[in-house]
Amino acid sequence: MLVFLLWYTWPAIRYNGLSILNDITWNIGNQYGTGSTVHNGVAAEPGAEFGGLVFLVGTLLSALLAMVFAVPLALGVALTIVYRLPERMRLPINALIELMAGIPSVVYGLWGTIVLVPWVGNHVAPFITHHFGFVPFLGGDAGSGNGLFAAAIVLAIMVMPIMVATVRDVLVAQPKSFYEASMALGSTSWQAVTHAVLPSVRTGIVGAILVAFGRALGETMAVLMVAGNAINILPHNIFSPINTIAAVVVSQLESAVSDASGVAQRSLAELALVLFVISLMVNTFARVAIRGQDRSH
Amino acid sequence: MVSRVARNVAISRFWWVLCIASLVGALLVLLSLFGFVFVRGIAAIRPDIFVTVTQGIAGGLANAIAGTLLLVTLAVALVVPVGIGAAVWVTQFAPERLRIVVRLSIDVLFGVPSIVVGYFLYVALVETAGWGFSLVAGSLALAIIMLPYVYRAADLAFSAVPRDLVEASVALGARPLTTFMRVAFPWALPGTLTGLLIGVGIALGETAPLIYTAGWSNYMPTLAPTHSPVGYLTYVVWTFINEPFKQSHQLAYAAAFLLMVAIFVTNFVARAAVEYWASRTRTHS
Repeated sequence: MLVFLLWYTWPAIRYNGLSILNDITWNIGNQYGTGSTVHNGVAAEPGAEFGGLVFLVGTLLSALLAMVFAVPLALGVALTIVYRLPERMRLPINALIELMAGIPSVVYGLWGTIVLVPWVGNHVAPFITHHFGFVPFLGGDAGSGNGLFAAAIVLAIMVMPIMVATVRDVLVAQPKSFYEASMALGSTSWQAVTHAVLPSVRTGIVGAILVAFGRALGETMAVLMVAGNAINILPHNIFSPINTIAAVVVSQLESAVSDASGVAQRSLAELALVLFVISLMVNTFARVAIRGQDRSH
Repeated sequence: MVSRVARNVAISRFWWVLCIASLVGALLVLLSLFGFVFVRGIAAIRPDIFVTVTQGIAGGLANAIAGTLLLVTLAVALVVPVGIGAAVWVTQFAPERLRIVVRLSIDVLFGVPSIVVGYFLYVALVETAGWGFSLVAGSLALAIIMLPYVYRAADLAFSAVPRDLVEASVALGARPLTTFMRVAFPWALPGTLTGLLIGVGIALGETAPLIYTAGWSNYMPTLAPTHSPVGYLTYVVWTFINEPFKQSHQLAYAAAFLLMVAIFVTNFVARAAVEYWASRTRTHS
């Protein structure tokens, strides 16, 4: 698969050079003009430029911001399930979390479009830009609701169940003696968790975060539906419209197919390849972290 | 003066309240989601959407329902021999080194974003091989998405077959094939089926890999393997909600509702199978 994608995108790689990573303009060129623009021996329509920086930045920012929301929440939920819930409530709550993981991405997108985006656009964003506008990236245009903030919230909700399940399993696999020994020494239950339990499962938690991060990077439909489909413009605050690699591959196909030179389609494939490589790296790190955790007990 | 103990207890209580609040928050979000989909979905369900096809932005969902079922069924038919076959071969017959290679590649497949699978198949099958948007390309995309789930469950299930049972069978003089069919296979079947059902749940809800492979069609799916696009429910949810018409929104809600119900039913059956499997394992040991 990797080899085929590389072979297919090769002309685009030669045409775009490094601009796929550091140029913000995506333009399939003048389809009705004559002549062509040639870079490195590859011809595309006149004026065509394929810069993927907007999509790369959007992908990374939305996934990172999603982690900012999801990590504390998921830790809180997992700790509550393991240390605070009575035994008979654990099964139904776990079932609900599992159910949440099974909801299709497009349904999250539907909910995001109809419920979340108007709420962000009408209430959250104006409130934050008005009262916290002095904080960098929080001020300025509140936007319509579609954008980085909404995308990150939807992503956070989507990856939370995976993170909760992984952290919960890591916590349950940890010998009870860590917690009990700390309690016996007279610490409060919160101290037992933060000083004895969490440090010992640190790598497992990092692994869980990385798995969720990898998911968030590759998530397509929900982000496509709420992120605002930005093109040729970098976000200036957290409410700006953005676009991610996965979303742009879907939304730009129709225009890419119309590119007679075919370089646009190949450039989309190049973006897909970039996404593939990034998620591969994140998942490898995640696996190494989780292996490390398994080996420690 | 507040003692240190009292302060620590207060701190502890404060953080636990935050933790419990995050659980409550997550449940509220879930409630909002379910409430939203179920209330709007049930209101949008009419009997005639099951028998009429979509017409532009209105009509029914018959073509999408049939398309989803057809795509998923064919994907299951593709993934069962490959995924389960590979797991059987790896756990029962393969040399150690190949086992590691197969498991590693399945792990890699888990991390591939579904849109990358879709775009890859689009380039390879729809364009290069010239199949056009088609049933087989769509099902193949779903099969690739399902493969790691199905394989891993089957691998775990077949690895968990108790050694003493296999050895007893061999000691009684059974041939390898008989041992496999009469001992290992029945033992591993529930776990394998659970994995398959989880895969079906995921395939039912996929959109991104289908847009590029199955395409979309307003008509009932033909059974032609290639050159004939197929409609599916997730497409309706995605596109119809952005149309400025009430009928198309109704169809999007109805499609989302049907999807959720189908996925919950498969997940519920999968869970029940896990429970059944667990109780059987306990009686053995």
